[in-house]
Amino acid sequence: MHDDEIIGRAYDGRLMRRLLTYLSPYRGQVGFAVTAIVGHSALELAPPYLTKIVIDEYIPAGDLSGIGTIAALFLLTVLGAFALEYLQTSAMQAIGQRIMFDLRMQIHGQLQRLDVRFYDRNPVGRLMTRVTSDVDALNELFTAGVVAVFGDAFTLVGIMAVLAWMDWRLALVAFSVLPLIAVITEWFRANVRDSYRQVRMWMARINAFLHERITGMATVHLFRREERDLASFDDINRRHRDANIRSIFYYAVFYPAVELVSALASALIIWVGGGWVMDDRLTLGSLVAFLMYAQRFFRPISDMSEKFNVLQGAMASSERIFALIDTPVEIASIPGAVRGAPGVIAFEHVTFAYIAGEPVLKDVSFRVMPGERIAIVGATGAGKTTIVNLLLRFYDVQDGRITIDGTDIREMDLADLRSLFGLVLQDVHLFSGTVAGNIRLGNDAISDDAVASAVKAVHADTFIDRLPQGLETAVVERGATLSVGQKQLLSFARALAFNRPVLILDEATSSVDTGTELLIRDALRVIMAERTTIAIAHRLSTIQGMDRILVFHKGQLRESGTHQALLVERGIYHRLYQLQFQAAAAGVAPVG
Amino acid sequence: MSPARRLRAYLLRYRRAFAAGCACVVGTAVIGLASPWVLKLAIDDLTRGVTADKIRLYAGAVLVLAAAGGTLRFLMRRIIIGVSRRVEYDLRNDFFAHLQRLDLGYFQRNRTGDLMSRATNDLSAVRMMIGPAIMYSATTAITFVVGIALMLSIDARLTLISLVPLPLISLSVWYFGAVIHRRFERIQEQLSEISAIAQETLSGVRVVRAYGQEASETARFRLANAEYVRRNMGLIHVQALFFPVMGLLMGIGALLVLWLGSREVVAGRLTVGELVAFNSYLMMLAWPMIAFGWVTNLLQRGMASWKRMLDVLDTPPAIVDAPVPRPLRPVDIRGHVEFRHLTFAHGDRVVLRDITAVLPAGTTTAIVGTTGSGKSTLLNLLPRLYDPPPGTVFVDGVDVREIPLHVLRGAIGFVPQEPFLFGSSIEENVAFGGRGGDWRQPVEAAAAIARLDKDVDAFPKGYDTVVGERGITLSGGQKQRTALARAIVIDPKILILDDALSAVDTYTEEEILGRLRNVMRQRTCLIVSHRVSTVRHADLILVLSDGRIVERGTHDELVAAHGVYAGLHRKQLLEEELAAS
Repeated sequence: MHDDEIIGRAYDGRLMRRLLTYLSPYRGQVGFAVTAIVGHSALELAPPYLTKIVIDEYIPAGDLSGIGTIAALFLLTVLGAFALEYLQTSAMQAIGQRIMFDLRMQIHGQLQRLDVRFYDRNPVGRLMTRVTSDVDALNELFTAGVVAVFGDAFTLVGIMAVLAWMDWRLALVAFSVLPLIAVITEWFRANVRDSYRQVRMWMARINAFLHERITGMATVHLFRREERDLASFDDINRRHRDANIRSIFYYAVFYPAVELVSALASALIIWVGGGWVMDDRLTLGSLVAFLMYAQRFFRPISDMSEKFNVLQGAMASSERIFALIDTPVEIASIPGAVRGAPGVIAFEHVTFAYIAGEPVLKDVSFRVMPGERIAIVGATGAGKTTIVNLLLRFYDVQDGRITIDGTDIREMDLADLRSLFGLVLQDVHLFSGTVAGNIRLGNDAISDDAVASAVKAVHADTFIDRLPQGLETAVVERGATLSVGQKQLLSFARALAFNRPVLILDEATSSVDTGTELLIRDALRVIMAERTTIAIAHRLSTIQGMDRILVFHKGQLRESGTHQALLVERGIYHRLYQLQFQAAAAGVAPVG
Repeated sequence: MSPARRLRAYLLRYRRAFAAGCACVVGTAVIGLASPWVLKLAIDDLTRGVTADKIRLYAGAVLVLAAAGGTLRFLMRRIIIGVSRRVEYDLRNDFFAHLQRLDLGYFQRNRTGDLMSRATNDLSAVRMMIGPAIMYSATTAITFVVGIALMLSIDARLTLISLVPLPLISLSVWYFGAVIHRRFERIQEQLSEISAIAQETLSGVRVVRAYGQEASETARFRLANAEYVRRNMGLIHVQALFFPVMGLLMGIGALLVLWLGSREVVAGRLTVGELVAFNSYLMMLAWPMIAFGWVTNLLQRGMASWKRMLDVLDTPPAIVDAPVPRPLRPVDIRGHVEFRHLTFAHGDRVVLRDITAVLPAGTTTAIVGTTGSGKSTLLNLLPRLYDPPPGTVFVDGVDVREIPLHVLRGAIGFVPQEPFLFGSSIEENVAFGGRGGDWRQPVEAAAAIARLDKDVDAFPKGYDTVVGERGITLSGGQKQRTALARAIVIDPKILILDDALSAVDTYTEEEILGRLRNVMRQRTCLIVSHRVSTVRHADLILVLSDGRIVERGTHDELVAAHGVYAGLHRKQLLEEELAAS
C-alpha cells in the first residue's frame, strides 16, 4: 500500500499524547485559550435562564424595569461571549501556526540529516507533502479540535448541571434519550470512517493517475493509449464517485437522526413538563428554558461528528510525519569524533552493496597520496560512483574501511570530513537565487572577489558576462536557461571557490559543442592544479592528464597504472579504451 | 454558449433527480417552520390551562413533524449532493478526455501543477457550487419568505426591529468570505514558495551535504516558513472575528426580541407562546442569513473555477485527424518517409529550414548535429507530436496530416532521449502500446533485443517489478532500454531513436545496435546520436546545423567530403594519435 494511502484511526492515544507535547512550549497561551472557551461556553448558558426569569417573574408582575435589567444582562453576556470567543479563536490559531512552524522546521531538519540512502527510496514529491499538506492537516487538529473539545464538553456538562439544578426530575426525562444518541453516533462513526477512508484513497489514486498521465502525455499519444487510459480513469473516477455517494448516505442519515432525537427530547419535555406546569409543579419559564437548553444540547454533538473527519485526517498525517521524524539517521558523527585533516586516502578491503546480496564493490583496496591525480574508469555499473558515495559518507561501507592518514572516516567529525572535498557532479544542481549565490551557496565567508576570480579562472565569465546582470542574474527554475556546458563551468567555479584540498569529479557524459569542450578542458586543468583529484573520467583528455588510472570492472579494482602502461598491458583498460574513446570497432570481444 | 449555460447542460442530465431534490427542499423548509408554531400553541394553551390530552397531541405533533422533516432532509441531501457528485464525475471524465486530445505543445506551455489544480481544486469548487450552494440557497430562500411571513403574522413591529441585524449578518459573511479568500490566496502562494525551496533542497541533497550547506539551507527554509506563518497570522485576525461577529449579531437580535417582546407581552399585545415562537423563528432565520453570505462566495468561486476549467475545455486540440483522412489501415504503411522543403518554427524561432530528404522503406538514416540544431524537432514532426506544415512530411507518399493519427502513430516506434515510464510493472511499461491480452512473450522478445532481459532476470519479481514513480527505481540506462523495448514490442514500420541510448555505455550500445540490425531490416529507422560509432553504419547520414541539412551521404562519402562530419571523425582520429604517443 502506498504511504499516502495510510488513513489511520480517528483516535490513537499514543499519537495524541505525542502531538500534545508540541503544545507544551505554549502552555501559557493554551491555558488562556482553554479558560476563554470555557468562559464563553458558560456565558452561552445564560440566555435561556434569563428568558425563564423574564417569563416567570417580570412578565406576570408587569415589571418593565426588571425586563430592562435582564436585557442589560443579556447584552453583557452577548458582548462577553463575543470578546471571549474572539480571544480564544485568535489565540488558538496563533498557537497552531507556531506549532506548524516548529513542526516544519523539525521535519526539514530531519530531512537535512537523513541518510542519502533514504532519498533513494522516497521520491522528493512524497517527502514534500510531509512538509506541506501533512503539516497543514495537523493545523486543523490544533485550531479546530483540541481546544474546541473543552468548550463542547463544558457546554454539555454545563447544560446537564443547569437542567438538574432547575428540576432534576425533568432533567432525567430529557436525558433519557441520550442512549439513542450514543447508538446513532457510534453507528455513524464506524461507517463514516470506512467510507472516508475509501474516498481519500480513490482521490489519491485520481491525483496520481492524472499527474502521471499529464506529465507523460507525449508517450500516451505516441503509443495511442488514449482510449485505454480513459477507461482506466473512468474506473477510478467512478469508484471515487460511488465512495462519495456512500458517504453521503451516512451524513444524510446522521443529521436528521440527531434532530429526531432532539425532537423526541422536546416532545418528552412538553408532554411530561407540560403536565407538571398544569399541576404547578413546574413554572412555564422553566419549561421554556428546558426546551431552549435541549436544543442547544444537541448542537455540540453534531459538531463533534463534523470534527471527526478532521481528527481522522490529522491522525493519518501525524502518523506519516512521526514515521519520518523517527527514521533513524545512521550516518552521523560519533561522540568524541576526531577532527578531519587532509592526508593519504586509503580504501582497505572495502565491500558495499546498495541492496543486500548484490555487492557493487567487492574487496576494493587502493591509496591516493596527497596531491596525486587519480582517474577511475570502468563500464556502467562497475561501481565508480559508489567510490565517491562512500568517500563522502553518503553511505557507509559494509566491510573493510576507508581511512585518511590512518583514521577511519567513520571516526572523524562528519562535517570536517566533507569539508575536505570539493564535489563536481555529473548533473549540476542549481538552486534558485543568483549565479553568484549558486557559486558560494550559503557560505558567506566566500567574498565577492573570490567568486569573481573563481568564475574567471574556469572561464565561466565567457557566458556570465553576457547575462543581463552578470553574476547577480537570477537563475530560473533549476537553470533551465543555461546549457549543460555552462552549468558544468558553474559547478567548477563552485568547487574552486570553496577551495577544498581534495577534488572529486564525476565527469558529465553528455556531449557539448567543441567551443565549450575546450573551455571545460582548460577549466579542469585549473581546478585540478595543486589538489588531490579523484575523477570518474569520461574524457580522454582528462584521463591522459592523470597520474594514475584505476580500472574497475564488476565491482573490483582490476588494473591500475598510467594511461600508457595500461595500454601496453592490453587488458581491460585497453578494451575499454577502444570502446569508449576510439570509434568502436565492430566485433570487439566482450569485456571481462 | 455562456459558461452558466454550459454548466446547465451537465445538470440537465439529472433534471428529474434535481426536481425531486428541490421538492424535498421546499418540504424540509416548510416542515421546519411548522414546529415553532406547535410550540407557540402548546405554551399558550399551557398559560390558559388545557387538558393533558391536548399536550400529548402537541408532543406527538413535534415528533411527527421532526420525523417527516428528517425524512425529507435525508432525501434532499442524498439527491442533491448525489447529483453534484455525478456531475463532478462527468466533468472530470470530460476534462481528462479533453486533455488527451491536446497536443504536446500545450503541455509544454502549461505547467502540470496548474492543470492538476484545475482538475482537482477547481472541479471541487464547481461541485460545491452545484451541490451545497444550490441546496442551501433554495433552503434559504424558502425559509426566509415563509419565516418572515409567519413572524409578521405574529407581530409586525417586532419583526421589523428584530430583523435589523439580519442583513448585517449576510453582509458580513459575504465581506469576511471575500477578505478571507484574498488572504488565503496569498498564503497559498507562499506555500508553493515553501514547496519550491524544499524541492530544491531535497533534490540537491548530495550537493548540500558535500558542501556542508545544511545550516544555510535550513536558514533559507526558516525564512520562507516564517513568512508563511506571518501571512497566516494576517488571515487569523480576520477569521477569528467571523464566528464571534455572527454570534454578536444573532445575540443582539435575540436580545431585541426578549426585551421588546416581553414589554409587548406585559402590554398584552403578545402571548408568551408567541414570544417563544418568535424567538425560534429568529434563530431559524439567522442560519439562512449565514448560508446566504457563504453561498454567495461559493457561487463566485465556483464560477471563477468553472471559467478556469473552460479555458482548458475550450482549447481546440491543435493536432487532429484531417476532415477526410485517407482510408489507410496500419498494415498499409510500408515506411517510406520523405521530407519536402520542410521549414518549421516554434513560435518566432525557426528551428528547421528547407529540409528535404528521402528515406526509403527499410533503410536506416542517422542524424547528427550539435545540441539545438533541430534534430529532435525533426523526429517529433513525423508522428505529429508537433504538426508539420501541409505538404512537407510524407509517409508512403501521403502527407502525414492526411493519415489517420492512430494509423500514423501505430506505425511508429518512438524512443525519446528522456524516456517517460509509468509507475507500473516493467511488463506493463513495455506492453504500453499493446492492445490488451497476454503480452509476456513479445515483451520478453523485445526485452532481449533491448538487452533489458538480464537486468530483469536480476530483479526478484522479474517483469512484475514495479518501477516506481517515473521509473525511479531504475538506472538511466535501464530506463532507456525499457523505452526501447516498449517501442520494439509494437512491431513498428518506422523506428525512431532520439539519442535513445545516451545513458547506456558504448559496449552495451554496440550490442543492442547489433541485435537491432536484424530487426531493422524490414523497418525504416531514424537515429539521432552524438557518437560516430552509432551512426557510421547508417545508409544515409544527415548532418544538421542550425536547422539546415549541411551534409548528406554515407559515412565514407562524408569522411571523403572533408566537411563537418569529417571534422567530427577527424577529432576522433586525432585523439587516437594522441593516445598512441
